Amino acid sequence: MSATAVHSLWTTAAEVEPFGRIPTPHIEYAQLAPALIVVGAAVLGILVEAFVPRRARYHTQVFLAVVALTAAFAAVVGLAAGGYATTEAQIAAMGAIAVDGPALFLQGTILLASLVAVFTFAERRLDPAAHGNRIDSFAAESAAVPGSDHEKAAVKAGFTTTEVFPLALFAVTGMLVFPAANDLLTLFIALEVFSLPLYLLCAVARRKRLMSQEAAVKYFLLGAFSSAFLLFGIALVYGYAGSVSYARIADVVEGSVRTIDPALADTMGNDALLLIGGAMILVGLLFKVGAVPFHMWTPDVYQGAPTPVTGFMAAATKVAAFGALLRLLYVVLPGLTWDWRPVMWAVAIVTMLGGAIVAITQTDIKRLLAYSSIAHAGFILAGVIAATPEGISSVLFYLLVYSFVTIGAFAVVTLVRDAGGEATHLSKWAGLGRRSPLVAAVFAVFLLSFAGIPLTSGFAGKFAVFKAAADGGAAALVVVGVISSAIAAFFYIRVIVLMFFSEPKPEGPTVAVPSPLTMTAIGVGVAVTLVLGLAPQYFLDLASQAGVFVR
Amino acid sequence: MSFPILTATAVLPAVGAIATAAVPAARRAAAKWLALLFSLATLVLAAIVLVRFEPGGDRYQLTESHAWIADFGVRYELGVDGIGVVMVALTALLIPFVILAGWHDADPLETRSSRWRPTQGFFALILMVEAMVILSFEATDVFLFYILFEAMLIPMYFLIGGFGDRAHSGTEENAAAQRSYAAVKFLLYNLVGGLIMLAAVIGLYVVAGSFSLSEIAQARASGELEMATTTERLLFLGFFFAFAIKAPLWPLHTWLPNAMGEATAPVAVLITAVVDKVGTFAMLRFCLQLFPEASKWATPVILVLALISIVYGALLAVGQRDIKRLIAYASVSHFGFIILGIFVMTSQGQSGATLYMVNHGLSTAALMLVAGFLISRRGSRLIADYGGVQKVAPVLAGTFLIGGLATLSLPGLAPFVSEFLVLVGAFAAYPVVGIIATVGIVLAALYTLVLYQRTMTGPVKAEVRTMPDLKARELAVVAPLIALLIFLGVFPKPLTEIIDPAVEHTMSDVQKQDPRPDVEAAK
Repeated sequence: MSATAVHSLWTTAAEVEPFGRIPTPHIEYAQLAPALIVVGAAVLGILVEAFVPRRARYHTQVFLAVVALTAAFAAVVGLAAGGYATTEAQIAAMGAIAVDGPALFLQGTILLASLVAVFTFAERRLDPAAHGNRIDSFAAESAAVPGSDHEKAAVKAGFTTTEVFPLALFAVTGMLVFPAANDLLTLFIALEVFSLPLYLLCAVARRKRLMSQEAAVKYFLLGAFSSAFLLFGIALVYGYAGSVSYARIADVVEGSVRTIDPALADTMGNDALLLIGGAMILVGLLFKVGAVPFHMWTPDVYQGAPTPVTGFMAAATKVAAFGALLRLLYVVLPGLTWDWRPVMWAVAIVTMLGGAIVAITQTDIKRLLAYSSIAHAGFILAGVIAATPEGISSVLFYLLVYSFVTIGAFAVVTLVRDAGGEATHLSKWAGLGRRSPLVAAVFAVFLLSFAGIPLTSGFAGKFAVFKAAADGGAAALVVVGVISSAIAAFFYIRVIVLMFFSEPKPEGPTVAVPSPLTMTAIGVGVAVTLVLGLAPQYFLDLASQAGVFVR
Repeated sequence: MSFPILTATAVLPAVGAIATAAVPAARRAAAKWLALLFSLATLVLAAIVLVRFEPGGDRYQLTESHAWIADFGVRYELGVDGIGVVMVALTALLIPFVILAGWHDADPLETRSSRWRPTQGFFALILMVEAMVILSFEATDVFLFYILFEAMLIPMYFLIGGFGDRAHSGTEENAAAQRSYAAVKFLLYNLVGGLIMLAAVIGLYVVAGSFSLSEIAQARASGELEMATTTERLLFLGFFFAFAIKAPLWPLHTWLPNAMGEATAPVAVLITAVVDKVGTFAMLRFCLQLFPEASKWATPVILVLALISIVYGALLAVGQRDIKRLIAYASVSHFGFIILGIFVMTSQGQSGATLYMVNHGLSTAALMLVAGFLISRRGSRLIADYGGVQKVAPVLAGTFLIGGLATLSLPGLAPFVSEFLVLVGAFAAYPVVGIIATVGIVLAALYTLVLYQRTMTGPVKAEVRTMPDLKARELAVVAPLIALLIFLGVFPKPLTEIIDPAVEHTMSDVQKQDPRPDVEAAK
């Protein structure tokens, strides 16, 4: 390979623009406002940790997080109202970020879901106060060894890990950028920005610390592994196309590129680079989505992480990761549709069936919901595979539906407690319907929605993706989806049976009366479930308007 | 715009359900009366619908149509044809009896926490089922129908699993386990059917581009919409599978005896007389209308399955030791007749099948509810635990006998007319089928009369000696049902007048004509 036939950012840049004349990048601050607001608040949150007195930190942090997420959501709505979701869609920040319908819709969903999740983070009434201090779901001092004197002292002093709020905001920042990323490097950076805080958040449970730390280590190791895959994939694709920009790669893949320099001419015939690179990037994304066979981390992490974090992770990460996956498949690799479709078919089928079948044997409610989330990832993949605009909008809608049900369901899990904290073993949920009919009924609504029973949002979502898949020529996938829905229904129903038809055990768990914060989270979940079940039209319209990627 | 009376027939019980559920825990009696009141008001509305329906008029009447989910191509479309209007009336008629018969079934055994309100829940769920069933008889949009078809499983499931029959042999724990087994079996069978139907519903939309029954039927009739033979058959099978589970047709019937055995008698009536009718109704409305060619293609197999249902159900009924399971297997046999009537594709058969749905509803309700009264007195469902009841409680025994005779289709009682019509229809098209089906009648006589003989006649058993006769409330349940059975037995004309034009429409959908005109004379 001759010297000129090697891609290099520096040589290319140097040829076009001598170093002295590199212009300042042009940044459209207004269009990046959602992410900027959140990252700004996160930085402020760190300063709060440093300078605000310990006693006032909790309130300051909650206030800051809520205001930032609300403001960012307002910014998203403003951008959407300004037409950026449809006619004005464009690429911002020197080609790094796309501001278009899917990006804004997913950002809106992530922000709302995060807002609700922050409410569950801020809950401090579930456990009785210790030493006169209200306690939340997070460790008093995460650096303290579990069970040590150090920890006891921290509990006694009333320390709380208020860092979780800025950490969550950093994660949200990454998630906002992830589905909007318009080049592979931004994609990777966004991935790391939201993954690292999540690894930390997983480790800071107040109860069952060791399990929580184990979950964090597993998540970190497997996450790092998948990041490596992603990065290697990016390198290979760069090697193929000579660019990390989505549009440029797409052009090269389709062969519609206009200027071909010698380096490109040398590499663009090498399909192995493209196919292996593309596959590795897909592996990285499918890991975050939790699709079989890259799902191994999901049950352990979901079970070990503090439940509010699990809810946040299950909802928002999935939205962000599916957003990125959609953009990759629809913008970067449409020219490869015939190559990725069979692979994704297989992944979708094993994900749907695998998630549903393994869930049957679970005895822990959090693990059960984890496997159920895997099955749901499979359903969403069915919509992704449709490869039509309808497919995009159905996936968007499903993600909206799924995130609120998920956060609501995990919020209910935090309420059912016994002496050891949350009573997540299924046997302890027996007879809950007799003890606390309302909580059990609410959880039943979430389960029915997960199961996709008509008149709940879950049905509308499932119908949307299946219809898109059938329209897109994936009828067989719909049949598999329907079969795994039936399998999945079995274990959702089993929980309902347990709650309503079993006699309560004398030493069973109690249901904590939460503060208005968790009540809001659950209430929003129920409201979204019922409204999107009965009258989904408005949101379907929104999703179908937002269903076009800018390129 | 005229008053949306069809919507009202469904909204009223739904509102009633919410109101009943909201009654405070201590005011149990108020909840019962409220539920009864709402069910009676619904009956009045249904009667108005029946009166306003013109038998000779348009195919679908009192129609309503509103935009609903445009993205899915779904509209909120209602309308009743002659078959639908009769089914709505049957449902509205039976629910007050179900409520009245179940008056004490959900009284809490002991006072638990103040928030536990089983009674309110029981009656609210019954009204909820009523609302969904009525709306599903009225829906002319496939998607709307599908939603109701699936959603009604949930309240039904809670009714079966949450409120079991208190008469059981064995421990309380054992009974609870059996009950939740029955409820889960019910739900899973029906859910699987429903989900398979969902695939077919989506497939139908992909092929036809619409969910509106009238639009699709029109497009098919005018030749605008052509379905490939294989596609039509697959879609038909998707729909039929769901309906066959619901109906239930052998070999998909096994959930029914469990569900009916474990549920309280009124809930068992709700299952077999009301909810299951949605299955047979939907075969007439959706299978035949949307997929006429595939229906004809599948006819031989379905007829064989229906025959097996008839004979097998009746044989198992003969062998039952449990009164309620016996009635359940008798119902399997009867559903065989209904499905037979639908798929022999003659107008007598289909009129008979529709009439059979009504009459089976009435006769099973009468028999099952009296059986429920009997069982609640003795606390046992086993036939062997009874004997000589007619000497102790003659009214109970008499009503039980009439219910039983109706079940075996004695001439003079309503089911005779429908069974006769079905058989005439069957003989006209497939004589062999008619002959085999007749075996079912003989077996029906056997299981009913043996049941009566073993429980009501003979020496009075010691435990039965102090058994009280029917109370006023119970009589109020049974007497009107028996009166209707006799009335419709001698004078079925009001019903057939409404049903026949609708059946003509269905027959023209499948482009079938009756085989021999001289059969008309036999009718």
